[in-house]
Amino acid sequence: MKVRAREAEELWKEEFEKSPSREDGLETSTISGIPLKPLYTTGDRPTREQEFPGQYPYTRGIHASGYRGRLWTMRQFSGYATAAETNRRYKYLLANGQTGLSVAFDMPTLMGQDSDAPTSRGEVGHCGVAIDSLADMETLFEGIPLGEITTSMTINSPAAILLCMYIAVAEKQGVPASRLGGTLQNDILKEFIAQKEFIFPPAPSMRLVVDSIEYCAREVPRWNTISISGYHIREAGSTAAQELAFTLADGMAYVDACLERGMHIDDFASRLSFFFDAHIDFFEEIAKFRAARRIWARWMRERYGAQQERSWKLRFHTQTAGVSLTAQQPELNIARTAVEALAAVLGGTQSLHTNAMDEVLALPTDRAARIALRTQQLLAYETGVANTIDPLGGSYFMESLTDEMERQAEAYFKRIDEMGGVIPAIEAGFFQKEIADSAFRYQKELEQRRRVMVGVNDFTVDEEEPIEILRIDPKLEAEQAERVREIRRKRDQARCKNALNRLRKAAAGTDNLMPYILDAVREYATEGEIMQAMIEVFGTYTETAVV
Amino acid sequence: MATATKPVRIVVAKVGLDGHDRGVKVVARALRDAGYEVIYTGLRQTPEMVVDAALQEDAQVIGLSIHSGAHMTLFPAVVDELKRRKATDIVVFGGGIIPDDDITALKKRGVAEIFTPGTPLQSIVDWLRNRFPEQAKKP
Repeated sequence: MKVRAREAEELWKEEFEKSPSREDGLETSTISGIPLKPLYTTGDRPTREQEFPGQYPYTRGIHASGYRGRLWTMRQFSGYATAAETNRRYKYLLANGQTGLSVAFDMPTLMGQDSDAPTSRGEVGHCGVAIDSLADMETLFEGIPLGEITTSMTINSPAAILLCMYIAVAEKQGVPASRLGGTLQNDILKEFIAQKEFIFPPAPSMRLVVDSIEYCAREVPRWNTISISGYHIREAGSTAAQELAFTLADGMAYVDACLERGMHIDDFASRLSFFFDAHIDFFEEIAKFRAARRIWARWMRERYGAQQERSWKLRFHTQTAGVSLTAQQPELNIARTAVEALAAVLGGTQSLHTNAMDEVLALPTDRAARIALRTQQLLAYETGVANTIDPLGGSYFMESLTDEMERQAEAYFKRIDEMGGVIPAIEAGFFQKEIADSAFRYQKELEQRRRVMVGVNDFTVDEEEPIEILRIDPKLEAEQAERVREIRRKRDQARCKNALNRLRKAAAGTDNLMPYILDAVREYATEGEIMQAMIEVFGTYTETAVV
Repeated sequence: MATATKPVRIVVAKVGLDGHDRGVKVVARALRDAGYEVIYTGLRQTPEMVVDAALQEDAQVIGLSIHSGAHMTLFPAVVDELKRRKATDIVVFGGGIIPDDDITALKKRGVAEIFTPGTPLQSIVDWLRNRFPEQAKKP
């Protein structure tokens, strides 16, 4: 018997309302608080024309061939202890089938100071590799041909210095800068907003970012000059929509700054790349990735008038959510990471880092790092999910959620515009407060058991089994400090001093600083010395702490 | 209702170089909601700066947060600085990514308690109420 669609829907509604509900007190909204219906139907389907991958606005992906053409790059972020130890880990990962490198630096390196600085005490080599000078960078990539591999470097305030070190190592290997491929995070705005590894005030910070974009457009054309990052915004507690909105708003702020410098949009836009979080609320994440591509394409084409298609395409890296991992029953993190990685793949990511199960306790052991990589290989080669492009496209639910993400992001763009743009909004503490509010709301929901974290506020065990974790040898700090002192003793002092003086002078003017930094790097000026030369001109930034 | 005792004052601080302030802010808000007077110092405080703040603010408690792995150096350094300034009556607790073995070692070095990821906010409040029963205010 044929029942008409409308009647069928009415019938379903009746049945649904009559059925008992779970009564477990749990939220049915997404983890970001977007209310969800129990069922989506044709009525929720937007009236938009059918979209195709590889075609504007790229909701369904930037490549016509999806993963049929090429799988995502499996790029595990790693670095610990010394350059020599990390070099061994890189060779281990490459031997196990990893397809790109991603450098994690320790806190002193991220904060632009040398290993022997007083405030580096206790921090050297702990959450990444310690790099003080070109000598360490040479050790880090010893035996790894930089012309044949792409490398991502997660560094921001001192980004220009580390990129120059990479270029200088390549020179020594005989690889010209024009052949280098990789990504520099170089996203200072999200540092002010979320991760807080700022050093200089916003204006000179932005100048350095634009300097590196401008320099690379000429000299290192295959380099992704910036990785505009939502990851840290999300990890700091934002919702998915806030992550999307704040990240794209940052992206537009960089575009504006480059245009102001006099660059042409199509000369740099295709080298801007993005970096998002893949959190545990599965569908919401996929919708976020799809919406990101659509919004960026539209803004680049319509607002900025980019002519080339490659300027419209949002390319992104994804990392699974560190904050979703639990110290309790840590093996469960393997399952969480697999689900999050699947969301990233269904969302069409270009590259992916899967967290290791023990990262909630320390840096990963070899075993945990291998399981994390194997999780990606399993998704790529066993599950079949890479065979169909944007497999959730056309789903009533997915399309509706994608539109909702877009709507919420556009509402934020309007608010940011009204505040005068991203930097005034940072100075007013707007993003910081929005993020802290969301983090607090989520924590409250956990405390009230309106949300469950398995092993934390439900399904707990009395005795946790101890797991093996990676320990950093405390001797290492003194050894690394001695290494940098030795570099300072051995180099040509006059040439090094001159290079630093020229950089200081240039910082006070308007020249692009990249060639000056590169010169100082080649003379084995340390990272701390190069930063100090710029601090003398630019000053430092302190944020007003808001709780 | 007014009480004769002063509310407990807590200086919460991020020591070390990392800027991960999600945890410290959530805890600071929760303690404030629970009736404590909370002073948040902001990022990148040295042990000396933290102790200065605690003395200036007449705090009974210091709460430290760190996510960079430098806790074995910096937490004991705060305790030592308190000793040096003859202010050992100030109670120090901490939180962050801290493995179990380190917790035992830190307690031996004079840190009163360590709270790790996944700790309910209420546990921190309960611990403080237990420690300062006479000043426990009704939320």
